[in-house]
Amino acid sequence: MSVYFPQKKLPYLLVLPQLIITAIFFLWPAGQAFKQAFYREDAFGLSQTFIGFGNFIDLFQDPLYYKSMGVTMVFSFSVAFFGIAIALWLAVMADRVIRGKMVYQTLLVWPYAVAPALAGVLWWILFDPNIGPIALFLDRIGIHWNHFLNGDQAMILVVIAATWKQISYNFLFFLAGLQAIPRSLIEAAAIDGASPFKRFWDIVFPLLSPTTFFLLVVNLVYAFFDTFGVIDTTTQGGPDGSTNTLVYKVFKDGFIGLDSGGSAAQSIVLMAIVGLMTVVQFRFIERKVQY
Amino acid sequence: MIENRPWLKLFSHFILIAGVLIVALPVWVALVGSTQSASSFADSVPLWFGDQGVQNWSHVLFHAAGSTLQIPVWHLLLNSMIMALGITFGKIAISMISAYAIVFFRFPFRSLIFWVIFITLMLPVEVRIVPTYQVIANLNMLNSYSGLILPMIASATATFLFRQCFMSMPGELVEAARIDGAGPIRFFFDILLPMSRTNIAAMFVIMFIYGWNQYLWPLIITTDDTYYTLVMSIKNMLSVPDGDIEWNNVMVTTLLAMIPPVAVVVGMQKLFVKGLVDAEK
Amino acid sequence: MRKLTLAMAVLGLSLSGSSFATTEIQWWHAMGGANGEELNKIVKEFNDSQDKYKVDPVFKGNYTETMTSAIAAFRAHKQPAIVQVFEVGTASMMAAKGAIYPVYKLMKDTHEPFNPKDYLSSVTGYYSDLQGNMLSMPFNSSTPVLYYNKDMFKKAGISSPPKTWEEVAADSKKLLASGAKCGFTTGWQSWVQLENLSARHNVPFASNDDGFSGIKGTKLLFNGPLQVMHITKMHEWQKSGIFSYGGRRSDSVPMFYSQQCAMYTGSSSAYGGMVKNAKFDFGVSSLPYWASEVKKPNNTIIGGASLWVLRGKSKEQYKAVAAFLHFLSTPKIQAEWHQFTGYLPITHAAYELTKKEGFYKTHPGTDVAVLQMTASKPTVNSRGLRLGNFVQIRDVINSALESVWSGQATPQAALNTAVERGDVLLRKFARAHQ
Repeated sequence: MSVYFPQKKLPYLLVLPQLIITAIFFLWPAGQAFKQAFYREDAFGLSQTFIGFGNFIDLFQDPLYYKSMGVTMVFSFSVAFFGIAIALWLAVMADRVIRGKMVYQTLLVWPYAVAPALAGVLWWILFDPNIGPIALFLDRIGIHWNHFLNGDQAMILVVIAATWKQISYNFLFFLAGLQAIPRSLIEAAAIDGASPFKRFWDIVFPLLSPTTFFLLVVNLVYAFFDTFGVIDTTTQGGPDGSTNTLVYKVFKDGFIGLDSGGSAAQSIVLMAIVGLMTVVQFRFIERKVQY
Repeated sequence: MIENRPWLKLFSHFILIAGVLIVALPVWVALVGSTQSASSFADSVPLWFGDQGVQNWSHVLFHAAGSTLQIPVWHLLLNSMIMALGITFGKIAISMISAYAIVFFRFPFRSLIFWVIFITLMLPVEVRIVPTYQVIANLNMLNSYSGLILPMIASATATFLFRQCFMSMPGELVEAARIDGAGPIRFFFDILLPMSRTNIAAMFVIMFIYGWNQYLWPLIITTDDTYYTLVMSIKNMLSVPDGDIEWNNVMVTTLLAMIPPVAVVVGMQKLFVKGLVDAEK
Repeated sequence: MRKLTLAMAVLGLSLSGSSFATTEIQWWHAMGGANGEELNKIVKEFNDSQDKYKVDPVFKGNYTETMTSAIAAFRAHKQPAIVQVFEVGTASMMAAKGAIYPVYKLMKDTHEPFNPKDYLSSVTGYYSDLQGNMLSMPFNSSTPVLYYNKDMFKKAGISSPPKTWEEVAADSKKLLASGAKCGFTTGWQSWVQLENLSARHNVPFASNDDGFSGIKGTKLLFNGPLQVMHITKMHEWQKSGIFSYGGRRSDSVPMFYSQQCAMYTGSSSAYGGMVKNAKFDFGVSSLPYWASEVKKPNNTIIGGASLWVLRGKSKEQYKAVAAFLHFLSTPKIQAEWHQFTGYLPITHAAYELTKKEGFYKTHPGTDVAVLQMTASKPTVNSRGLRLGNFVQIRDVINSALESVWSGQATPQAALNTAVERGDVLLRKFARAHQ
């Protein structure tokens, strides 16, 4: 693009609404968080004491914070891994069939539209230790299921609910990726006598790697930030913090624990992480677009 | 197909059908659960239809969502619709004009403004929830549609998408417009808008789902149930101290909360796929 | 800032601004299910009984959510006039002197009839200051009791419910032998199995008289021999099937409904749900104690919630609040609430009225809680608990107990960790309220 409109004031007017919204609902709260991070307050906000880096020191001395970091890692990578693996498998299968491809696509994409909070409710009832059909089935085959008690099981539950929602998204991208692979390549391999399995690993999978990498990034971001609803309606971070992700912890400490200083300090740390991730993602996307 | 291997095809269908069924399992349970009486959930979740379907659905939809939520769900549906549409149109409007400014004009601080929009808005509301709540409270926007909508309408993703879309348009267009004597505003409405129709529609699908599925934000800023939205009301129905969850009503409400966005995705699948691909690439 | 607000108002689509002829006050509460329906009925009765005031009840989720959202709203100057706060929030509310309007003072200021002597002292004690002034209005008070499945007991050949934990173990073995899946399960584990356990055996839960005599220097003491012994026993029972864990709040009660477990220790207020959901004959008995530890157990302590009045409302609104609180305390309403929900009556008159009506005879077991509460004079260790940040401390305790149930920590180690983490929270609270 090399031709521009000459107006000097109009562009400012055009970006103004977005800038106002950004200033009020982002910059202002971010500033508030920044300020609160250096104060200690009682729950009702009746008294405030400046304590410098006290909240940050408390935070980085808190073993629960490190636990939450670990939980976030395990959760995010599990969701990304299973979401990608299952979706890839289904997409490869769908790419094989000629009739009914669109029907399968329709039947697999809709969970994308379901709110994370609702996904949580739906999987909770299936796994409810007392009345859930899957839990009762597991009980019968000797696995005692109780995600209220067992941290690993709680993690499995939230991973399942979060993954369920994400499969549809990954599936669409893989299917598009598969369809973009030139038929001639695969045909040539088939003539050489390569089995479908070998063809997949030698030709298809490497060709899909840009899509896979892109999905990995997107899935991690999703698991990191968009799964609040899943956790809130199922485990609420428990038991014993075993599903307490960093984002959930900010909410829990701030709104439930009423520790505005500690929560604000966590917000600042998260903002730094997000800023970093954004730059990485942007760089990556920008490069792809140019390519 | 490259070669004919019937067993492989059969296997593919088998895996796909299994996948479809597993994905649909929770909804099946919700569907049959919504036709049961509350006490049928006491021992185990029913796996087949009960006889209370009509009664449950009409009670929840027109009378009250449940004992903890004395408001008919059609009202919540309406609120969700207002919020989702407000967010969708708001997002599209403001991101489109700011992308327009960034692409078709040259002005001081242009790239700074772009970066401010971009970096800050990648931050989900979950992260800065406590101070944002206080800001909304200071602005007197708790329990209001504006409080539900406005903080959500700034969108870096949408701005970025429109920027990409505009950048791919040929520069001669502007030149031609200038020769015709069309100013930037006429250009926007007469040329740009019609040309971006598909993009806008695709964006609409994605943003509608985003708006509809808002959970934490409405949960925190509404205390007046006339402003409750459908998705957040689930939380209300689940937290019953010393009482038991009315799973049948919860299932009806869950299904009702799923229907509009799922209908949009399934009904506008092509646009939806385009929107996804555009939004994330 | 002003300009901005104005701009936002112009931009806004808000539909607020309608006016009311009557004085309207909001009441945020945490009563779901059947109890919530009853609450709405009572409010409607009040609203219909006069036309000056209107109470608007808002369900705000579970106890924790109700309290925290009220505090968040207070910080934003959008608080309700009345908020229902559970007993563990008491110390936090009391310490927030600028935020609360003590009930005794409100009643005096508005000249509403109010006699503290009308109320059961074992209930109001939890919510009074050291001078005995009632700071909040008890609303729904409960105390832990034991529910048992009479059908399953009969099948196992047991004629009467267990009185002691020793008997619970012995009876459970018989129940398991007769085909039961588990002996007992518990709701509200911290409240029932630690807080009430301590009170019942006259052992302190925290220093400074369980927090009653001061905020500063209060330390948790629930990792003592009695508590460790009890949790160790429960852990053993869990392994042999006598005890089964089902969740932090009342999440485990379906295990009792579905007849997996023959007994359930939980809130006396679960009575309404029992009547509705139990498809078998059930009975109510007092909370067991260890015969090896005490001859005669103390009273149990209350749970449930009280109503706090928040500052920042108009004089007219406070009149409405006072009138409503008075209405709630009338014997008729109290008796109705008590009989429907199983919560304790908070006034002597309501108890007498219920008795006179013959309710306890037709509904055997409903007076267990009242008798258990009033059986002995409360000691320093059985008045209740007054701990800051108790909401989070409960969370810590729940986590610790869960780590025992899942076999990740020994009872002693888990309780030690909980005390340690809880003490950090208490210190934080003390620092914020210097």
